[in-house]
Order: sequence, then C-alpha cells, then structure tokens
Amino acid sequence: MIQNRTIEILVGAFMAAGLVAFFFLAMQVSNLSASNNGEGYEVTARFDNIGSLKVRSPVTMAGVRIGRVSEIGFDRATYEALVKMRIEGQYNVIPEDSFAKIFTAGLLGEQYIGLDPGGSEKYLQAGSEISLTQSALVLEEIIGQFLFSKAEEGGTLEKAND
Amino acid sequence: MLNALAQLGRVGIGMLERLGRGHLLLLGILRGLPDLLPRPGLLIKQIYSVGVLSILIISVSGLFVGMVLGLQGYYILSQFGAEQTLGVMVAASLVRELGPVVAALLFAGRAGSALTAEIGLMKATEQLSGLEMMAVDPIRRVLTPRFFAGFISMPLLAALFSALGVLGGYFVGVGLLGVDDGAFWAQMQAKIDLYEDVFNGVIKSVVFGLVCSWIALFQGFDALPTSEGVSRATTRTVVHSSLAVLGLDFILTALMFGD
Repeated sequence: MIQNRTIEILVGAFMAAGLVAFFFLAMQVSNLSASNNGEGYEVTARFDNIGSLKVRSPVTMAGVRIGRVSEIGFDRATYEALVKMRIEGQYNVIPEDSFAKIFTAGLLGEQYIGLDPGGSEKYLQAGSEISLTQSALVLEEIIGQFLFSKAEEGGTLEKAND
Repeated sequence: MLNALAQLGRVGIGMLERLGRGHLLLLGILRGLPDLLPRPGLLIKQIYSVGVLSILIISVSGLFVGMVLGLQGYYILSQFGAEQTLGVMVAASLVRELGPVVAALLFAGRAGSALTAEIGLMKATEQLSGLEMMAVDPIRRVLTPRFFAGFISMPLLAALFSALGVLGGYFVGVGLLGVDDGAFWAQMQAKIDLYEDVFNGVIKSVVFGLVCSWIALFQGFDALPTSEGVSRATTRTVVHSSLAVLGLDFILTALMFGD
C-alpha cells in the first residue's frame, strides 16, 4: 500500500495536469483569446446577395479582424439580406460612409466582410447602418456573365464579317 | 410456441428489472454524496486508482492518435494543397470526437473493468454483507466514492488525451512533415470555437464518465457472487460501456452539432 500522502500528491498532480490540459485547449487551441463576446457595438448593412456568409464570419478592415457577423436576416419588403455585425469596442472610429464588401478568403475559403474606410467625420455607432455595400461574388453569375459577353462578342464579330 | 413466447417475456422482464435496479442503485449512490463531502480522503483514494493509474494509457494513446491524425490528415490535405489546415483537422477531430470517445473507451477498459471486478469480488467474498452487518451502508461507503471518482476523472482524462493528441499532431505535422508552425496554430485558433467545440467535448466526457462508472459499479454490484459471475460481469462492463459510449456519442453529436 502506498502512503496516504503520496496518493494525495499524485491525485493533486493528476488534477493539475487535467486542468492544465483543459486550459491548453481553451487558450492555445480555441479562439478564446480572440473572442470577447458581448462587447462592442452592433451595426447593420443590407446586401443584395450575401453568398455563403454565415453568423460568426469575420468582419475585417485592412485585413485585420475587427468584429464578427452576429445575425443574418431577410428583409421581406426589399428582398435584401440584413446583416448585423458586432464590431469590437476599441474600433470606434470607423467613418459612417465606409464601404462594406463581401470577400472570399482564397479560392475555396470562407466568406467575410471587408470594410473600406470612407472620409466622413461621423463615426459608426451602435445601431447605425452601412449604406454602401457590395454583394458577394457568386461564381456561377460571373461565369454566366462571361459567357454572355463572349457570345455577344462573337455575334458582333459575325456581323462585322458579313 | 407458447413456451418460446414465455421465454421472450422472461428475457424482457429480466432486462427491465435490471434497468430498474440500475437506476435505484444510481439513486442510492447519488444520495450518498452528502456523506462523502466531509470525508474527501475516500474520494482521493479512488481518484488515485481510477484516474491517476489511467494517466499512462490515456496519454500514450492520445499522443499516438494525434500523431496518426497528423500523418493521415497531411496525406489527404496535401492533395488539395491545404496542409496548413492540418491543425484545424487534428484539433477539431480530437476535441469534438476522439478525445471524449476514445478516452471513455480506454477508461471503460482500464478503470471500469477494475471497478467491476473489485465490487464483484467484494460481493463474492461477502465483504459487502460484512459492512452491512456493521451497520455501514455499502452503497454509500464503497460505491459513492468510486462513482464520483470516475465522474471527476473522466473529463480530466479526456482533456489530457485531446491536449496530448494536439501536441502529437504538432510534432508530426510541423516537426516531421514541414507544415508551417504559425499557420498550424493560427488556423487552429481561428476555426476552433471555445464553446461550440471545446465545451461540447467536455460535456460529452462528463456524460461518458457518468455512464461508464455507473455501468461498471452496477455490473459489479449486480454480479452473481461466484468467480464465473464476476468474470461475466467484467466482460459485460466493457461491452456495455463501449456500446453506451458510442451510442450516446451519436445522440450527443446530433444534438450539439446537428443543426
């Protein structure tokens, strides 16, 4: 039989190791350090098409993540997508006329919102709306347009040849 | 014909009876908690035999599972030129699934079978009856500390498993196969969510800890008091625990990540 004290020490070490492992998972593996939920302020933007944007997709400015998409809705009156994003409180000097675009990270990557700063003296606040937006690029639409313009080109060429 | 029907009915009633006895036992075990709290020494001794002695098998398996995930993941991902997401793949599969599930299977084999054999032998050698003769409730004195030891140890063991697995994947991916160090961690941190992934994994391991220790204790307590009965109960512990863990894992996964 091992001494009582040794057992206590070993159990203590075990529990400490388990807690360290959990701490490691929380801090090093997951995004705890980067996510401070509930802080910051919410702004809205309307898009014609949000592609595959999802709740919790990043909102970036100059490539730096400054917030996340918090809610995606649909406006039944205007048939637009209503995107709410929560921007972290420290970024409180974003001009009101900033331009919100939906980008894709890489060829197959996730979609995110990129903000281009405008020149206004007024800044975005809780509840304000970004009016300048650009929809997501849907690959099929682009290919469709490309084919369409190609066909048109071909048509004009034929006419020129006539 | 009627005999066969009666046989089937007997089997069904027997199963229901066992289920009922199992739940009554769980109730009795939980009722023993107030008696356990003032005597943490009992609990610590059991955490030692259930948790500390399982550390070696859990950490070695975690390390190797992570290393295999690193190798296999790299092979698949490099075909798409996406080696940099290796960290995400390793961490997500470990934290969500493999950590809780494999740790629980190992726990059932390593600690659950030992618990069953111990309790079953106590019953076979009439030590439990002896305790009762001395007006000590064997459920509170013997089963409750073991149950809570398993309940506490399981999440810690699963966390150890996942953490060492991530490190194993890191050694293989970054050390051996040359995935970029920064991309490995950065992609992982960007894609693994504390609540969605890590906490749900912890909830899983808590449930598995409860189920595994419950099954092990019930099988031991319900074993026929013969050497054959104890050996059968030990086998049943491992089989039932493994099946319960895998079945519950599907249900929990569907509930957590199903939407």
